[in-house]
Formats: sequence, C-alpha cells, structure tokens
Amino acid sequence: MNCKCSFVYSEKLLDYHFYPEHPFNQIRVQLTKELLESMHVLDQSHIILPRYATDEELALFHDSTYIEAVKRASEGSLSSAQKIDFGLDTEDTPAFFGMHDAAALIVGGTLEAVETVLEKKTEHALNLSGGLHHGFKRKASGFCVYNDAAVAIKHIQKNYGLRTLYIDTDAHHGDGVQWAFYDDANVCTLSIHETGRHLFPGTGYVNERGIKSGYGYSFNVPLDAFTQDGSYLETYESAFREVVEFFKPDVIVTQNGADSHFFDPLTHLCASMKIYEEIPRLAHQLAHEYCEGRWIALGGGGYDIWRVVPRAWAQIWKIMIDGEAFTGPLPEEWLLKWQKEASHSLPTHWHDPVSSHPTIPRKDEITEKNKQMLHHALAFIDKYKKKGLSH
Amino acid sequence: MLVEKIMKKDVYTLPPTATIQEALELLNKKRIRHIPIIDEAHHIIGIVSDRDVRDATPSVLDKEAKRDVLKKPIRSIMSHPVVTIHPLDFVEDIARVFYDEAFGCLPVVSEGKLVGIVSDKDMLHTLIQLTGTHKQSSHIELKVPHQPGELAHIFSIFGKKKINIISLLIYPNQEGDEHKVVVIRAQTIHPQPIVEELSHAGYEIIWPKPLVGAE
Repeated sequence: MNCKCSFVYSEKLLDYHFYPEHPFNQIRVQLTKELLESMHVLDQSHIILPRYATDEELALFHDSTYIEAVKRASEGSLSSAQKIDFGLDTEDTPAFFGMHDAAALIVGGTLEAVETVLEKKTEHALNLSGGLHHGFKRKASGFCVYNDAAVAIKHIQKNYGLRTLYIDTDAHHGDGVQWAFYDDANVCTLSIHETGRHLFPGTGYVNERGIKSGYGYSFNVPLDAFTQDGSYLETYESAFREVVEFFKPDVIVTQNGADSHFFDPLTHLCASMKIYEEIPRLAHQLAHEYCEGRWIALGGGGYDIWRVVPRAWAQIWKIMIDGEAFTGPLPEEWLLKWQKEASHSLPTHWHDPVSSHPTIPRKDEITEKNKQMLHHALAFIDKYKKKGLSH
Repeated sequence: MLVEKIMKKDVYTLPPTATIQEALELLNKKRIRHIPIIDEAHHIIGIVSDRDVRDATPSVLDKEAKRDVLKKPIRSIMSHPVVTIHPLDFVEDIARVFYDEAFGCLPVVSEGKLVGIVSDKDMLHTLIQLTGTHKQSSHIELKVPHQPGELAHIFSIFGKKKINIISLLIYPNQEGDEHKVVVIRAQTIHPQPIVEELSHAGYEIIWPKPLVGAE
C-alpha cells in the first residue's frame, strides 16, 4: 500500500523552546526529519509549511484574554500576578521571548495538516511539532501553551462539520483535549496513559466518561507503572478497535507522544520500540477502514530525545506512506552527524534488543490489572451493544 | 473543615403522617437514600432509609400480598431517635461517626431545627478533594524524619523551584515512629529536578522510584 502523505516542517518550529535544560525540546522534529531523509523516504515534495494560526483560529478553543496574555508574556510585559494566573510562571511553561509566535506556528502546522487531508490533497498528514495536549482554555501547563489538537478539532467541526475520533497514546493523560470536548458527542476522545495516581496530570481515571450529551464519548485507560509491550498493545488494540466501531468517525486525529519507553526519564511505563510500530500501524489501518484514510498524526511528549523519539516518530511516517515499519540498522550518515551532539550513545538499530528490556517482577499482576481497567473503560460500549442501541 | 462547608442544604423531608407509598415515590424521584421525618416546627423526629422502605414493601414475587401496607404512615417504620450533627462540627470528627456506626447519612441540626444533611458519599467526595487528585499534579512521596523543621525545609525547596503544592498528606510510617511518610501532589509535569534536590537534601524518595529494583 502506498499513500500520499504530507509532513509539516519548518526550522521555525524549533523556536518553541523554553530554556536550554528544559526537557521539551523540538530538536526532536529535526532529528526525525533528517533520519527519514537519510532513509530516503522523505523529500521536499512531502513537506508542507506551517502557518501562524490567527487569533480567531486560536480563539476557537482559547480565551481571548489568554491569547492576549501570551502575547504580552512574549514581549516580557505581563505582570507577575498575571503570569501566575495564566500558568506562565512555572518551570514547566515559563514565558519566553517570541512565545506567542512559536506556539501559534505549531497550531498553524496542525491546521495545515488537517486542511491538506480534508481537502483531499493527501490522505494522511503528520505534524510532529504538535500534540500539545495539556494546553487549557486559559492556562498553560505541562510544557503546552496553545492546544493545537483542540483548536484543530474545533476547526474541523466548524468548517467541515465532521466527527473526530482523537486517540492519545502519550504516557500522560490527554486532559486538555478531553476537557475541551467533554460535553460534546461529536468528538470522541480515547486516552491510554500511565495512571494519574503516580504521574502528571493525575486525571484520566476510567470513570471520566464525559458529561451531558458528551456522556459516553470520553474513554480513558490508565495503565499501571512498569507496563510493558504485551499488555500495552493488547490494551491499545482492543480499545481503539472497539471505540472506532462504536463511534464511526469521519476523521481520526492521533497524538503520538513517545514517552512510554523504558528509557523515558519522565514516566514509568516500560515499553520498547515495538509499540511505536504498532501504534501507527493500527491507526493507519483503521483510518482506511472507517474514514477513507483521513488521518492526521501529531507529536507530543517524548523526553529521551536521542535514543527514543526520532526512531519512534520516524516509524509513524514510514507506516503512513507504505504501511511497513523500518527494520535493521539505522543509517550511518545520521548516526555520524548526531552522535557528537547526543548525551547518550545512540542506538544502532530500529528495534531494541530483547536483552535491553528491563525485567519487571510484578509483570503478571500488572497485566491482569490493566486488563481489568480496559474492561471497565469499554463497559459503556458493551452496555450499548447488549441493548442493541446505536448512538 | 466544618460540616457547614460540605452539607447539602436542600433536604427532602416528609411529615410523620406521610405514607410509605409517598416515601417510596420521593426516594425514587429524587434518587436519594434517606428521608428525615420532621414535625411542623422542623424538629427531626425520625429518619427512614431506602432499605427501611424496601423492607416494608411487599415482594414483587408475592402477588397476594396486601398492597395496603403502602398506605401505613411512615412513622410506623422510621428509626428514632436520630443521631445528628452540628454545622460547626469538624468533618474529621464526623468521619469517625460514619466509620464507627456505619450510618449512610447524618442530618445536621442547629437550634433544634434540621438545616442540612451529609451522606457517606459527601464524606468520600471531601476526601477526594483533600488528596488533590482532581487537579493537574504529580505524586511525590518521601520518608521524612519526624522532627520539627523538616516540613519547612521541604517546602523551602518547593518554593525555590516555584512549584505549587496541590495537596499534602502526612501518614504514619508503618516501620516505626521515627519517620513520617509525606505525600505531596505538586503542580508540575517534570518532578525530577525537585526530586533530585530533595534526595540531595537527604530525604528518602519513595516515589518516583527508579526502574531498577522496581517492585
């Protein structure tokens, strides 16, 4: 299978940068792009440029007072009290010079990706700089200023009238997007993440199912810390298949955070590179089955920027264009260029050798508990099925 | 925290002369589990639970049963006297009453009159609020020497890092009295730097724990 795809890129996307030691580093997008170029699967013909989202576009989701505040923070003229109020005074999302433009460009990248797909220029599109799912209506948090996914889904609703399924496989709960559409039956969200009992943001419990007419359209599967490939993929595949069959979306938006790997310094999930082949593979397949291919994939978290993220994100693109994952060694050219900069010794192959996977003493109990969570999460769908109802 | 902060002020009540049928309808319609029975002066003279009413209702399997039991006055099945609490009681204290007596709810009485009601559900909701898991935050758990000044020291580290604290719980340490377990929900996605500083300051980190030697 060969699909026509777009890759959102501009060096300007790297301007989204809080301070040198900050763990959220958009050099990941450049690393991935160059890795794909070295593998000869990405060239200029695939690239689409991001645009700056306008204030009106940002206001599809964000409060205009917040947009104004971010603009002032970008110039250093926001008062300290207001910075605190809007979440711009923390070490997670501190104001930086040019913040508004940098964040608005990411949103514009996701909007371009959406338009390319919905105007049938290409079947799928990838914006790895996006997926900033912790951005709230009037508050920055968790490394996110503007929530590109929430703005883009509002844009899809307003300008195309389509129903969106949002699938979030970041290790952190996709709270900003979930709350944005919590009362909306035309947007279905599914987030699979490490339990909030241990990890930021703390929400994403299985009983968060939506409110009012949106009740039953939010799905959450919190996984135990130290969850590995087998249990992760079993959960992901069952949940995604059941939810897509239940909701029958017009378009699928995926948030592809790459922070569930055992190397990731911020989270406690224990997956290997294996899940980063399977996650896009199923999204690709189901987008063709249910949505005539309409699939927009975004980036997200991912804090082992050398050993994990470029490989994980490159697989999304590879699966997007031909349905097959990369295997074998990584390209010499790429390794040679980046090993000099890297803080760790770079991996040599696309897969992690089995010997590198950590041994988890309570693996069976964790697997069993995750199974139970999955069962609870999908109970609502089972109830519908038994009654023979449709939504 | 005081009872008046968590109690429900709109209480559905019935007079003692109301029928069991009326009680049944009120329980179903309002989806409540308890009805305080009050006199004209708003004094609470009894209480009925959904279970009391159901016990008094004929079985659906028994077609011959006399349906007229439903016409009996509620007075005949209500529990009394009623254990009540005051709006200025401490939530922490009434939690003990719920635990010891296994009640489903406690009516709140001031100057002899019914002014509110607290259910076991309201109690649990309050505890969820206290643990802070409803707000964006990360879990940090420390073993801390049980002596003056330790918390101040810990919080000065959070203050320096400009990290807001959403909730704080201090548990007894099961291994002995020399330490306490301190659970902090901190408003950050990136707790590593502060965890490193806490560790550097000599505190034993229970969570986040390194992968090696994971349970």
